[in-house]
Amino acid sequence: MPLLENGRVTEDRWAQAIAGEALPDGAVIVPLERLEEGLARPKAAPLGVAIGPDVDVAVLRPALPRLALVAVNFPSFRDGRAFTQARALREHLSFTGEIRATGTPLPDQYEFLLRCGVTTVQTDRAEDVAVWQQAHDIISIAYQPSVLHERPQGLGLRRFLGK
Amino acid sequence: MSTDTATLPVGRYAYDEVDRTFLSQRVAQFREQVGRRVAGDLTEDEFKPLRLMNGLYLQLHAYMLRVAVPYGMMGSDQMRELAHIARTYDRDYGHFTTRQNIQFNWIRLEDTPDILERLAGVNMHAIQTSGNCIRNVTCDEFAGAAADELLDPRIHAEILRQWSTLHPEFSFLPRKFKIAISGSPNDRVAARFHDIGLVAHPGPDGRAVFTVFVGGGLGRTPIIGVQLRDNLPEEDLLAYLEAVVRVYNAYGRRDNMYKARIKILVQALGVEQFREKVDAEFAQMNRADYRLEPAIVEGIRARFGIPDLDAPADAAQKLEAARKADARFDRWVRTNTHAHRHEGFISAVVSIKPDGGIPGDVTADQMDLIADLADEFSFGEIRVTHMQNVVLGHVRKDRLRDLWLRLDGAGLGTPNIGLVGDIIACPGLDYCALANARSIPIAQKLSARFASPELQENIGTLRINISGCINACGHHHAGHIGILGVDKRGEEFFQLTLGGSAENDVAIGQIIGPALPEDETVDAIARLIDTYLVLRHEGEAFIDTYRRLGAASFKDAVYAPA
Repeated sequence: MPLLENGRVTEDRWAQAIAGEALPDGAVIVPLERLEEGLARPKAAPLGVAIGPDVDVAVLRPALPRLALVAVNFPSFRDGRAFTQARALREHLSFTGEIRATGTPLPDQYEFLLRCGVTTVQTDRAEDVAVWQQAHDIISIAYQPSVLHERPQGLGLRRFLGK
Repeated sequence: MSTDTATLPVGRYAYDEVDRTFLSQRVAQFREQVGRRVAGDLTEDEFKPLRLMNGLYLQLHAYMLRVAVPYGMMGSDQMRELAHIARTYDRDYGHFTTRQNIQFNWIRLEDTPDILERLAGVNMHAIQTSGNCIRNVTCDEFAGAAADELLDPRIHAEILRQWSTLHPEFSFLPRKFKIAISGSPNDRVAARFHDIGLVAHPGPDGRAVFTVFVGGGLGRTPIIGVQLRDNLPEEDLLAYLEAVVRVYNAYGRRDNMYKARIKILVQALGVEQFREKVDAEFAQMNRADYRLEPAIVEGIRARFGIPDLDAPADAAQKLEAARKADARFDRWVRTNTHAHRHEGFISAVVSIKPDGGIPGDVTADQMDLIADLADEFSFGEIRVTHMQNVVLGHVRKDRLRDLWLRLDGAGLGTPNIGLVGDIIACPGLDYCALANARSIPIAQKLSARFASPELQENIGTLRINISGCINACGHHHAGHIGILGVDKRGEEFFQLTLGGSAENDVAIGQIIGPALPEDETVDAIARLIDTYLVLRHEGEAFIDTYRRLGAASFKDAVYAPA
């Protein structure tokens, strides 16, 4: 499926590092093991890192000012660790760059992804983009704080999701 | 937005237009998901987590829909809708569960969007009654009524319901997550057998303070929860629970579903290391974002209807006179009521455990009757208990006999609460795809064997819990007598455990010996009880005699019939 942002298809300007090959010059996403190699490139070249769900995002702290993208991974839609990683990147590490969800999240998890701080989705699944768009638009109310800081509305914990 | 406080439902949170909009969006979403499944766009593997988020299980013979009864509280209008659903979409009955919910066992997938839409019409849903998410928060069945209560826990139960509803971070946890909350020093919620157990009391400023237990549970590995905090202020309740569940989401095992509950993580790390991780997360959080302000709590409290507790001065006297005049009524009052904070009122427990019946099963007609009686006698308010019974919380003492006459006339007056007949049983192999053995027939035989109210009252407090497999949905580890169904070469056998308790004297029952064949189990339990009757001291309950003497005194009774 093409890259999604805010429920709409968007152009992917990022290249993926290819195992065994030198890193390209432009914007590139490297696996965590090649982060040092990526950081050694010229400072102007946009750098992203892809992490597995078992990584404590605190290890990215020193590199984060140089990173424009962190890709978190859902090896299965059932594995929700990347929700906590994304949320911690935003809340604890104040990361403001792109957080990309990869792997096989479900469109029905789209709202959860966004509210944990994910900005773009690149799934291995073959779904129609329309299903993701619909999932993005269907629920307009939430009952707990999130990293998006939606403003509480009236009673209790409720907030509107601004769609 | 509705602000009509005159019609607020007693004992639970009143939905307004925003809450109703949310539910209707959810129903539309699920209708779309079912449509994709029926059209073949979703595989069963992909559909499964979605239907589970909406309480829909695929059981042995049919789909089962589990409807949430938040903290066990519902209104008569909701009970009538459940009766309608039982008649229209099921086989005329439903089943109250140990999580204070109700489930329907014979549901067609295609009907579920319509059922959810009907439920939404009375502000009910099936969200998070299954799946690896935060499940229905359970609560003391006498909340807001009990004489021994320090703080009504339902307001915070509602806050936790809202907070956990479609929580973006915690809807795909390693495994299910269960929270219970009590405001009484007498534990009626099994706080230490929950992933998180909360016990609330008022602090010096009147705001709630929580003792937090974590990592308790039954299932394959029964563990008593450990205390993480005894002084958690109300304003940090959400922040602290977020921290606990985050640590679990990040570090809980996902490689083996039988080792995925938080209790396993707490044991693996040790409580000190687990607490360090939680404290580190808590310290990093921007607490202002999560602060539970008094204004939020009071805003939600204001959406709860309050019963007008006005009783004649002689209400208690009239009850005493009625008890003296009628021994059967007197017995029922002894066994099936609980002291109310108001001297003119009392809480009545409607036993859903008739002699020889199926624990927790309730027919559509009985649901309608309970709804009518709730309207007449208890402000339209109904509570489902984790013991699978029903409570009418606020009954005027001078009207209690009228209530009992109506219940008794409908076969709902069984005087067995807390006694042998008040058995917890899982659905077992009659319904469940996981079960090894049929729990229900054992429960029925035991209940029929000890049907005599005189005998039951003589035996006294005795909790018998039956699970059809080691997943322990019937809480056998927590029973004074626990019964576990096991499969031995294709035959159903039952293993007995003794000495469990989910209350203040919390304990895990111990296996007494080899499992028994189905046809010997009830006789063995009868001998066990006879032995207790011989050995007990004056006024001593079964559990206390067992603790005084140990298993050895009972083993011969089980395995060496006279």
